[in-house]
Amino acid sequence: MIQSIDYFAIAPPLILCLVAGLVLLLDAFLPHTPRVRPALGFVTLGGIVAASAFLVAQAAAGRRLGTFCVPADLAASPRPGVQPAGAEPPCSFVVDQFTLIFAGLVLAAGIVVVLLSMTELATGAIPVGEWYFLLLCTLAGAVTLPASRDLVMLVVALELVSLPVFALTALRRYDGRASEAAVKLFLVSIVSTAVMLFGVSLLYGMSGTVFLADLARALTGPVTAPTVVTVGVVLVVAGFAFKIAAVPFHSWAADVYQGAPIPVAALLSVISKAAGFAGLILVLVTALGSQIGTWAPILAIVSALTMTVGNLLAMRQRSAVRLLAWSSVAQSGYILAPLAVQRPEAVSASIAYLVIYAAMNLGAFAVVMLVSRRAARNELDDYRGLAYRSPAAGLTLAFSLICLAGMPPGLAGLFAKVVVFREIVQGSLGWLAVVMAVNTVIGLYYYVVWTARLFTPAPDLERPVRLGRPGLATWAAAGLALGVAVLFSVAPQLVLDVAVLSASG
Amino acid sequence: MSWLLVSLVAVPLAGAAILFAPAMARRGPLRVYGLAVSGLTLALSLLLVATFDYSRSAQPQFEVDREWIPGLGLRFHLGVDGISLPLVVLTALLTFLCFVYLCWGTGREPGQLLAPDSGRPRALVFTLLVLEVGMIGTFVALDLLLFFVFFEVVLIPMYFVIAIWGGAGRRTAAIKFILYTLLGSVVLLLGLLLIWAQTGTLDMVELARAHGAGMARGVQVLAFVAVGIGLAVKTPMWPLHTWLPDAHTEAPTVGSVLLAGVLLKMGTYGFARIAIPILPEGAAAVAPWLGAFAVVGIVYGALACLAQRDLKRMIAYSSIGHMGFVLLGLATLTPTGMNAALFANIAHGLITGLLFFLAGAIKTRYGTAEMPKLGGGMLATLPRLGSVLSYTSYASLGLPGLAGFWGEMLALYSAFQPAPGLPRGLFLAFMAIGGVGALLTAAYFLVMLSRVTHGVPRRRAGASQGAAAAGHPVGVGAHGDQAAEWGDWPWNEARRPVPAGPGSGVSVAEGLGEAKEQREVGGRGEAPVEGRPAAEWPDEEPIDFLAEAGSGDSGTRPEPPRPGPGDLPDIRRYELVAWTPLIVLVLVVGVWPKLLLAVTTPAVQALLGATP
Repeated sequence: MIQSIDYFAIAPPLILCLVAGLVLLLDAFLPHTPRVRPALGFVTLGGIVAASAFLVAQAAAGRRLGTFCVPADLAASPRPGVQPAGAEPPCSFVVDQFTLIFAGLVLAAGIVVVLLSMTELATGAIPVGEWYFLLLCTLAGAVTLPASRDLVMLVVALELVSLPVFALTALRRYDGRASEAAVKLFLVSIVSTAVMLFGVSLLYGMSGTVFLADLARALTGPVTAPTVVTVGVVLVVAGFAFKIAAVPFHSWAADVYQGAPIPVAALLSVISKAAGFAGLILVLVTALGSQIGTWAPILAIVSALTMTVGNLLAMRQRSAVRLLAWSSVAQSGYILAPLAVQRPEAVSASIAYLVIYAAMNLGAFAVVMLVSRRAARNELDDYRGLAYRSPAAGLTLAFSLICLAGMPPGLAGLFAKVVVFREIVQGSLGWLAVVMAVNTVIGLYYYVVWTARLFTPAPDLERPVRLGRPGLATWAAAGLALGVAVLFSVAPQLVLDVAVLSASG
Repeated sequence: MSWLLVSLVAVPLAGAAILFAPAMARRGPLRVYGLAVSGLTLALSLLLVATFDYSRSAQPQFEVDREWIPGLGLRFHLGVDGISLPLVVLTALLTFLCFVYLCWGTGREPGQLLAPDSGRPRALVFTLLVLEVGMIGTFVALDLLLFFVFFEVVLIPMYFVIAIWGGAGRRTAAIKFILYTLLGSVVLLLGLLLIWAQTGTLDMVELARAHGAGMARGVQVLAFVAVGIGLAVKTPMWPLHTWLPDAHTEAPTVGSVLLAGVLLKMGTYGFARIAIPILPEGAAAVAPWLGAFAVVGIVYGALACLAQRDLKRMIAYSSIGHMGFVLLGLATLTPTGMNAALFANIAHGLITGLLFFLAGAIKTRYGTAEMPKLGGGMLATLPRLGSVLSYTSYASLGLPGLAGFWGEMLALYSAFQPAPGLPRGLFLAFMAIGGVGALLTAAYFLVMLSRVTHGVPRRRAGASQGAAAAGHPVGVGAHGDQAAEWGDWPWNEARRPVPAGPGSGVSVAEGLGEAKEQREVGGRGEAPVEGRPAAEWPDEEPIDFLAEAGSGDSGTRPEPPRPGPGDLPDIRRYELVAWTPLIVLVLVVGVWPKLLLAVTTPAVQALLGATP
């Protein structure tokens, strides 16, 4: 049996993998001089840009691409109850609007993370080749994941996203915090994978197929053992809840974010999270749509708990990264909320929020990265008077935080929240809307207190005043994130349209 | 003429954006610039008044209707009718007067934009202009979500106005302000989205025309409660008012003026524009409660005023009482009541804006707004300031012939005959209680006047030390020992570093020194300018001063005047210029109420057209 592979469809992840190998080779054979470090960074950037170019070409082609499909002769002899005759053969890898938007989000975030890495790696404490290799592997996984349309591919892609991150976290050698964070992340991730695999195996056992589309057909109508299906659904949801740090599987977030190098924290909060949400949406909406009565109430409760716990914990933080960690947990809650509405169209609100969240959160991380060069502890008090010492950094961070809080002038964040609120209100989940409203206010508290610090004069002026040249790449990253956030503020239509399209196709 | 409304919003916005240009870092042009931008906005609003078609004041005019975010159904829909026109003009006027207050003359008098102790003038101009965008936008928006966006725009600038330029307890007050009002606006948003989910449109004109068609009674009540709570926080209605006194007490003068003069109106305007016309059945169900809270607010505000020692805090509480009258008028759901509410809105904006200007002036002079510390006898020591304060207080307590009277009178009158379907007996009781509240209002203003303006002026020793201990914002705290040398009044202390005229660098040198000293002494982080001349924020770059200063050097400092004790300056020129329009308008509107009522009446009738 020979499968024909559509290389155009799999070009983005393929390029990322090839460049990952190339970086490793270059690192092995090039001399270890300080000039090689940024060069490898640029090679990585080039790879991501090339992958993005293929993504753009796929979007321009405008049709649904599928590869790794079940051959037509196999599909023609359907097993009873699974594959109705005449249906399109199921494919494992599909490029549609949903894939494109998630892959685009991941690659854009990848560029920002690589730019942040170039600053982080400038000190030479971290091996450069391994770093970029692992980073590209994660990106390849995150690009593959939204295209996966069978359970096996989904799990493999999710592992490809997760495994390199443990190593990335621990790459800063002889750093106790980083090692601790890596071990925590490793254990949590392994447990969640095990839980999810168990759920997947139950679903496979009940339906006899791993393809999401077939699974949806098999589970529609009466099923033989509904309890087993329910358990399977709950386990799969729990597995993804670990990845997106939803309550009650959230406790790893702050320690890992703080222990990891800041680019990795940014990666965890955006790329890893986006991958988790992509998988969750694919499994729940595409495959388990018929079980919505089971998982929607669970998601509603998880969402309410996640935003509340995340916000309450964030309020108590003094460290900038820990605050962002809990804030990103809370934001996960907002993203989850529309999924709890029992309408498939509501998914577009989640996607829109996720995209906007990525831009504003990366902006905040970029400035935190800049400040971390100066203040190792990176506490909120280190941000006092930042707007006067360095207006560009101060204003970028202020805008990102106000966006995250969801207030004008951060219109992107405001519209993202409005979209989510709209879906909840339309879906008649009044209690969830009220919980989210209260949470928005709690969230505003810590965002505004941090923002106000930027504009309060620093207590002592003996600290180094300028944020110097070493952060040049980080400045670019901050500028990129800020630009996108401003663009989304002026024309949120860009995101909303694409999100609606992607939810439908 | 549709460009007119767009430019009303765009001019301040562009004005704020231009401030980012590096060329605007110099302090010199800033003064003229602020005046020019806000003056242009005022001129545009006056043009609006001149070209407005008064025979059709019930219809929205100068409409602009463009798609902005189709995905959300959000349209950029602006328009102005008889209800919003006066409020737009009030906003433009008060903002302009705030800039006049800040910038007239040299701009270096105490409390002004470029005063040595006022920090970051560019940021202040920027903040005020953004605030103006939000305020005007709220009043001209005809799309529910657009209204909400503008409603939110004012929060962050106001937060910074309080948190950066405010008094000693500013941080807590600012946080309280923003959390409270944001909670209100999120609930408001839920209500608006509920309306949208039920009717499928966000167009206020269309929704008002439908008069609640397509929404079940239960939904309407729910939506009215949600929208009402959101607006009531902003208004503020008792018992959701607790953010207001702190915010007002700590806010700088211009912040207080705009907060009381315009921001509170956004709440009541929302009732008149959205809640009551769009949700008539919900309004009818909730109106008795609204009326009850309104009269409690009237009485509570008055009683709280009687107990206040701080002048600004007292005026803040008086706002709660006055807004109670507005809400009572709205709660009757009659054209008379609605007219009363809109009239009282404008009157309150003029009068309380002026009162806060006066309170600010008093605080700048005496270093405190605590009435017992003021010592009485202002009519003798500062005859003009005292007279204006008396005049404004009379207007505020509702003296017939001045602006405050008509709103209160009409509100009480409308409670006599509420809309059919509302319990008349209850509203009669409201009227009676409101009448008592009006009496109490007169009482506390008279008590205040007897404490502050009347009586024999007495000099208290150590006034400035007391002020210094209180850590008031004028920045004299660090100079307690020198205060004796310059005379006891903090005014003299504050005035001392002010140069005789432009072209002197002394003030800068001293300003910086003062800031540094203050930081060393208090460490309160109140210092308005960075202690080091090389601070990066272009605002703080003293380069242009030093250039202007030439050979200015502290050795050649002219001997400062040594005024005798008790020699406080009366109304200064810039204050007079800023206050005169308000003084005149309070009288004009009071003598000739038809001026306003003729504009609002057709619109009110159209809005209430089909309400039972």
